[in-house]
Amino acid sequence: MSESDILLIENISKSFPGVKALSDVNLSVHRGTIHALMGENGAGKSTLMKILDGIYTPDSGQITFQGQPVTIDNTHKALKLGISMIHQELSPIPYMTVAENIYLGREPLSRFGMIDKRKLNANTKALLNLLEININPTSLMKDLSVANTQMVEIAKAISYDASLIIMDEPTSAITEREVAHLFGMIRSLKAKGVTIIYITHKMDEVFQIADDITVLRDGKHVATVPATQTNKVRLIMMMVGRELTEMFPKEVAPIGEVVLSVHNLTRAGVVEDVSFDLRRGEILGIAGLMGAGRTTVIESIFGIHKINSGEIIIKGKKTQINSPADAIKNGLALLTEDRKLTGIMGVLPVRDNMMIASLPNYEKRGFLNGRLIEATYKQEKSRLDIKSPSMHQLIKLLSGGNQQKVLVSRWLLTSPDILILDEPTRGIDVGAKAEIHRLMSKLAQEGKAIIMISSELPEILGMSDRILVMHEGKVGGIFERKDATQESIMQAATGHGLDAHARQEEMTI
Amino acid sequence: MASATPPQVLDKSFNREWFNAFIRKYAIVLIFIAMFVAMTFLTDAFLQPRNLFNVVRQISVVGLIAIGVTMVIITTGIDLSSGSVLALAAVFAASLAQQPDWHDAKYPGLVVPVIVPIVVALAIGLLCGAINGGLIARFKIPPFIATLGMMTVARGFALIYSNRPVSGLTDTYNFIGQGEILKVIPIPGQPPLGIPIPIIILAVVAIGAHIMLNNTRFGRHIYAIGGNEQAALISGLNVGRIKIGVYAIAGLLSGLAGLVLSSRVGSGQAGLAVGYELDAIASAVIGGTSLSGGIGTIWGTIIGALIIGVLNNGLDLLNVSAYWQTIIKGSIIVVAVIIDERKNR
Repeated sequence: MSESDILLIENISKSFPGVKALSDVNLSVHRGTIHALMGENGAGKSTLMKILDGIYTPDSGQITFQGQPVTIDNTHKALKLGISMIHQELSPIPYMTVAENIYLGREPLSRFGMIDKRKLNANTKALLNLLEININPTSLMKDLSVANTQMVEIAKAISYDASLIIMDEPTSAITEREVAHLFGMIRSLKAKGVTIIYITHKMDEVFQIADDITVLRDGKHVATVPATQTNKVRLIMMMVGRELTEMFPKEVAPIGEVVLSVHNLTRAGVVEDVSFDLRRGEILGIAGLMGAGRTTVIESIFGIHKINSGEIIIKGKKTQINSPADAIKNGLALLTEDRKLTGIMGVLPVRDNMMIASLPNYEKRGFLNGRLIEATYKQEKSRLDIKSPSMHQLIKLLSGGNQQKVLVSRWLLTSPDILILDEPTRGIDVGAKAEIHRLMSKLAQEGKAIIMISSELPEILGMSDRILVMHEGKVGGIFERKDATQESIMQAATGHGLDAHARQEEMTI
Repeated sequence: MASATPPQVLDKSFNREWFNAFIRKYAIVLIFIAMFVAMTFLTDAFLQPRNLFNVVRQISVVGLIAIGVTMVIITTGIDLSSGSVLALAAVFAASLAQQPDWHDAKYPGLVVPVIVPIVVALAIGLLCGAINGGLIARFKIPPFIATLGMMTVARGFALIYSNRPVSGLTDTYNFIGQGEILKVIPIPGQPPLGIPIPIIILAVVAIGAHIMLNNTRFGRHIYAIGGNEQAALISGLNVGRIKIGVYAIAGLLSGLAGLVLSSRVGSGQAGLAVGYELDAIASAVIGGTSLSGGIGTIWGTIIGALIIGVLNNGLDLLNVSAYWQTIIKGSIIVVAVIIDERKNR
């Protein structure tokens, strides 16, 4: 470790059930610099930073901070060492004041052990003035705009007088003017010798502010380069430049007429003017960065969110969908993104989880027919190769892949024409993943129309007939299978479609 | 078969696993049997048929409420209003079932068939329950608050309607709570014992509720909402309507319990059944219904009610003071939940 390094990360690995999030990551950060950390969704950026912040403990590897080997067990320890972090998800306490939020857990006390509110507010005022943030310390957090909430989080991170501040996509919720303000703060922190690790997806920001750039991919360290010695195209190549190692068996299926047409779908502030067609036998991939509005688009179509404007045309008929029940009636099915939160009913048996959306099919004279249910279970179990000891097994006791197959079966039992799959293979093992891909091909061949959201570019490229790329709530581009490359999709997703001229320029470098 | 492991080891592990699963599933039944046996040995009177029927007769009112409360808790809700709704239904029903020449009759000279007070009691219960459900499903008021409101409002209406007991009820009406059928159970030296009507009502309702929960779409929807409301919604369930239905059924059963209780004691009183909602919730919880939703059975709840009934009865027979009884009852409820939590881990 050289004198100029504040932080040295050596051979850090971290696994979660079914996923290797980080493997043997090495990284050194120079003191007093702004170090950008980049990579696709799931590249391991946030995991690595959460290890530094003491939220996760690494499975193996060594962290050296300020020249000392350290173990960071919890956030408290991280703060004591001088590491503070601004998280991507804001977590304000809504009914407490700005000052109380900033100094939570370290409130100044009066002689009698009571909170010294005057001092608390004065300290906050001084801090906010110093950072030129114009917010009243006694406002309730719930009354602040998202941008101001973000600014308070930033002020809080700075208030610890940390020598290393980690910022995880701090600009995802703020406007351009506030970004400029934030960059001013970051530069003045840097002038005081504070080191910043800055996670972002935004190319512009990186080249505006970063001294060094590190790219992670699939949990591995790809490269660390000075910002002056690279450019956008090279960064994108580094971020996506992996071989298509897994085979995605999208087989040829006859593509038929348009079954779903979405025109100018808008949900204020999240999704704007999204239009696309979906045909029978087609798999339409939806790519985009986290927060680009992919899930909101399909959940709006499915009646979970209200839309402000736009129309949905199913099989040539303009259709009003106000609830998931309406959507199902119109032949739609939605496998949601978060299996645990919105998919499985953990304490219930496999049987209920599988048949909850299609119960009328098993009714005879008002009563559910046990024999029919059992027969259906057996048929689905062999069709999707679900590994479960019996239909009475609680679903939470199955593996992630088998839970996912039960949920796929739940939707297939409603006999949908249009199947929407939101991250259908996230967090499941390779075998189950391949089976789900095979099933998707088969369903397309049977004439179903499929929309698949995925954050994995190889999956998108391998499975999709067409690819819709979302960027900041809008359609960033729609690509035919033959025209799509990892680079072109990443460019559309980051809003940096390079024109031919720029590409030419790159070639000559 | 061709395993390298010695067979006896396999058997042992299989037996232990099976045994553990059995204990987990039927722990509450075993506790009930243990209590039953203990009371039999500790007192002479406990095992007498008359006493056992008394126990069941006593739990029939709480049992009816508890069946509704079980369904409510399965959806992750709670119903605190059942005791008050019971009282409200009871005073209205009783006022329509008084002897026409009773000196204190609310409607002197009124003669209506017994079906009228029955329908009125059930309708009042249904209405109160539906209001609970509406507040919860449509106005998104937490079940605890909505039913707490109904608890005081219903009790208030009951008091306004009758500030003194409505008594002098007809024999036909009183038959609901006091009657027996099939008087064939022989008792030495006494007239043969029949099966009390309240026990038959409880049995019919319990079996009906069990079938509904397990064998109808509505029943499985109730579990689904408790298992994961968001997932249920996305699966196309009309969550709001189902919740209203569940609370309405719970209210209906409170009304039915009001009929049974007022006819058993021979008068409708606004002060009836204070605190019964807590015994009902306790029965459900002791019987394995999870307050986090999605888990619960009717037979478990009936066993839970029986445990409370046997405990009350046995402690009375043992001359344990009423104060100690409450302490013992409270402790058992907490222990039951601890066992339940461990089971679900």
